[in-house]
Amino acid sequence: MSEAFVVDARGLSCPQPVIETRKALEKHTGGPVEVLVDTVTSRENVARYGESHGWKAVKEETDDGFKVTFTR
Amino acid sequence: MKSINGILISRWGPAITGAFVGAAASLLVYFGNPGNMGICVACFTRDIAGALGLHRAGVVQYLRPEIPGFILGAFLAAFLSREYLPRSGSSPVVRFFLGFFAMIGALIFLGCPWRAYARLAGGDWNAIAGIGGLTAGIGLGIVFLWNGFSLGRASRSPAWAGAVMPLAAVALLALLYLRPLFGPEGTGPVFFSKSGPGAAAAPVAIALGVGLLVGWMAQKSRFCTVGALRDLIMLRNGHLFSGVAAFLVSAFVVNLLLGQFRPGFESQPVAHTNQLWNFIGMALSGLAFTLAGGCPGRQMIMSGEGDGDASVFVLGMLVGAAFAHNFSLASSGAGVTSFGMTATVIGLVFCLAVGLLLRIKLD
Repeated sequence: MSEAFVVDARGLSCPQPVIETRKALEKHTGGPVEVLVDTVTSRENVARYGESHGWKAVKEETDDGFKVTFTR
Repeated sequence: MKSINGILISRWGPAITGAFVGAAASLLVYFGNPGNMGICVACFTRDIAGALGLHRAGVVQYLRPEIPGFILGAFLAAFLSREYLPRSGSSPVVRFFLGFFAMIGALIFLGCPWRAYARLAGGDWNAIAGIGGLTAGIGLGIVFLWNGFSLGRASRSPAWAGAVMPLAAVALLALLYLRPLFGPEGTGPVFFSKSGPGAAAAPVAIALGVGLLVGWMAQKSRFCTVGALRDLIMLRNGHLFSGVAAFLVSAFVVNLLLGQFRPGFESQPVAHTNQLWNFIGMALSGLAFTLAGGCPGRQMIMSGEGDGDASVFVLGMLVGAAFAHNFSLASSGAGVTSFGMTATVIGLVFCLAVGLLLRIKLD
């Protein structure tokens, strides 16, 4: 698997984590893309966005929030 | 409890929450709250500003228990599910003034987005112009969001920092219970309206119970009436919009059952018929809410979760409400004031400047 493109959306207000995720997924169409967020709300919002656009989303807890990894 | 939370977190969460809030809004009118104002985050915050003596409009002063209920319900829901996360630092002063002007716009129209939908569900057709303005304001906010608008990152705060708003909510409930009235004329420092909308109130236990439940449900489901339109327009995502649709249907059905559905433009409770300013007022609010990331209800909920930036927005709304009445900006059944029009234009200029000038470059 190639190295993941990382989006750091920690601390951003709604809906910016989703906007940044969308930009990354449109640019890196083959994936993988990792999105870092700090709230459960953002984690669910970005995962829901990716899944509704044909991506597989894996959610993990990190030291200071969550990481959502998108793969095709 | 876990299974109820599971449903609220699911894709049905916003719709279930919306249906509950809509029904509760109509029922609270039945139990005594003002017409088509069973639940209104802006109006109730304004009433609290009046009760605390921050403004002296005698007809809109009451410590509405729904508001502390929202904050405490959200706090409990977040705390028990490990989602309580004290955080702040994303342009708090800008957020204060976004809250301030969101309130000015809401009091030009006479209601927050929740009340706009409640008014529509009660047959107040003046709400249509307001919802049109709200949609336009959100649309403008989306343009800024697509072009890189951001208030910057928040960072984590110490654990107790997030407890301030829940504690303030407890203090409001204590003041409501104690009713301190040791001012020179047997009134104040807390004021309670003797007539007008501020004197129309459901029993405290019912209002507080509804507030706590709404706070809980909205924290779990992320119910947001501004996010609903924003996500629908911006991302073609109807997840949150299902909540608004369910709100409208349930509020309408309960109004119909209780004989509270009175269609028309004229003589609607706490409303005026100046459609241009209904539109512009809510456009200002919609823009301010979108730039701040959520509707006033959602800001209350987030302030209960420990979000210091949302808390500052809420405090901006409180101060905005005080200014709205002290400076004769707020509309009334008689219509809009020229001061209110001026303040709305100032608010629009402020929000446009914020949308244009504030941005961060990621990576």
